[in-house]
Amino acid sequence: MARRELRYALLFLSPWLVGFAVFTAWPMLYSGYLSLTDYDVISDPSFVGTSNYERILADRDAHQALRNTVWYTVVQVPAYVTVSVLLALLLNQAGRAAGFFRTVFFMPSMTPPVATGVLLLLLFNGQDGLINTVLGWVGIEGPNWTTDPTWIKPGLVLMSLLTVGGSVIILLAAIRNVPQELYDAALVDGAGFWRKTWSVTMPMISGPLFFVIVVNTIAALQTFTEAYTAFFGVGNTTYSNDAAEFYVIHLFRQAFEFLHMGYASALAWLLFLVIMAITAVQVLVSRRLVYYEADR
Amino acid sequence: MTGTAHTAQAQDPQLVLAPDRAAAAADTGGEGRPRRPRSTAARMVVLGLLVGLSVLFLYPFVWLVSASLKPREQVFDNKLIPETLTFDNYVNVWHEAPMLLWMGNTVLVTVLAAASVTLSSALVAWGFAHYRFPGRGPLFALVLATMMLPGAVTMIPVFLIWDALGQVDTLTPLWAGNLFGSAFYIFLLRQFFLGLPRELFEAARIDGAGEWTLFWRIALPLSKPAVIVTLLFEFQAAWTDLMRPLIYLRDSSNFTVPRGLKALLDRYGFGGEFHWEIIVTASVLVTVPMIILFFIGQRHFIKGIATTGSKG
Repeated sequence: MARRELRYALLFLSPWLVGFAVFTAWPMLYSGYLSLTDYDVISDPSFVGTSNYERILADRDAHQALRNTVWYTVVQVPAYVTVSVLLALLLNQAGRAAGFFRTVFFMPSMTPPVATGVLLLLLFNGQDGLINTVLGWVGIEGPNWTTDPTWIKPGLVLMSLLTVGGSVIILLAAIRNVPQELYDAALVDGAGFWRKTWSVTMPMISGPLFFVIVVNTIAALQTFTEAYTAFFGVGNTTYSNDAAEFYVIHLFRQAFEFLHMGYASALAWLLFLVIMAITAVQVLVSRRLVYYEADR
Repeated sequence: MTGTAHTAQAQDPQLVLAPDRAAAAADTGGEGRPRRPRSTAARMVVLGLLVGLSVLFLYPFVWLVSASLKPREQVFDNKLIPETLTFDNYVNVWHEAPMLLWMGNTVLVTVLAAASVTLSSALVAWGFAHYRFPGRGPLFALVLATMMLPGAVTMIPVFLIWDALGQVDTLTPLWAGNLFGSAFYIFLLRQFFLGLPRELFEAARIDGAGEWTLFWRIALPLSKPAVIVTLLFEFQAAWTDLMRPLIYLRDSSNFTVPRGLKALLDRYGFGGEFHWEIIVTASVLVTVPMIILFFIGQRHFIKGIATTGSKG
């Protein structure tokens, strides 16, 4: 019986087993090997030891890309998560209208990122963009969001807030699962709205909140499409796009525009290690801060 | 028939013993538990905030649609109602770009991607949910671990595989990887399969049903909600993808709509010939199918996303 079960199980698992071997395990190992070679796709890879990794240490563009990505992650993730929490709390106060507004907040998340990139260029345009026009009404002269290196990343962060809808849905569902008894008890103890939110809601939703933070951190570290659409590609020679060159954009261009496959593989492995490390730290921190219901 | 009656009876005492739990369970399915009535002023403030924020969230797309209905020189005038209403851009965009071809390519990729990932992930999820075998736990942990793997790590070797198979500049690399299941959907479908009563399958087996029948005729039809969520999520992922089309597609006749839009932006946005009205119109065309998809499946989208977070 047990052998029969195993046989059927393997049969059902076979698509994943094959896919894992061909599209995950082998590529991981092979990119590790490629990272130690010089490879341009046309001629065979030639072994160069660790020189690709040494090159990362000396590559100013890679440093710039790393700085851009760290800046973006450190600003975007807290902004994104804060806005998500606030919107979820607000929706929780909306009674029966919550369902409707939840739908409205989620809709922009359906926009293809390439269209979001286009929208960024148009709405944030320094001269005629809607954002600066509105700022002008209140007497503020808006910056050149799409060309001034100081303002490119803030523009991207603001644009990314349009897609908080998914996180809002997750957090709202979590807030609604908080047992009413806890609020009643807090009320008896004389807690007001903010006190209840901070001391009851936040601890009770810390699991899903942690999930949202981890997922968005990983996504922010790999941000690509909106920035690539808006600031890279064959046509853009009019202004510097250094401020928008994020790590994965740099990696992508090294691999597929310049065919530095070996160097790009080293960049990829470094990214992998960094993401693993950051996630591990987040998990360790969460052990102290996240409340999980015992054994559900 | 008797089976159903039996289950209902078995659940009855539980309902009596834990009425509040039953109420809570009913509640999560609906639109939230009833709250204590609040002052009208407070409710108006909340409602006002929500309406204001809704405008903020929806206006970018409204702006885009409005701009696409304006002649070239008015695209940037930021007026909600076009001064000169014209549908010329929607005619011109078909002349400026092989839009129909791009749409066809994207539909083909999207349908194949969604169908293949759903079927393969369901198979794998069933393997994990229904059968007991040594090493099941660690193997499933490995499936989940692949979700953490940044796509960039495997990107180059996977490109080399498709290159070796002569599939670069075809649509194959955009969907065929989906034939092998995807960790997130495997997780989602497995959760659903685990919720199906095991007795059902034991009974069917006694009635002589084979392993394939259990999966294909019983488990899968009963898991429609999870299957729909998987289809919808992958539809969206495949339709909006830009990175893979950038890597694999060279000839513009093979482009998907997002890749085509990027090409239009490069030509008409940066490249000296400013024709933003074409870009704006193509942006509307790439987005509208996603809006339609959302309206068709909004309940499933929202439920699917809410489930995603609850594993935390």
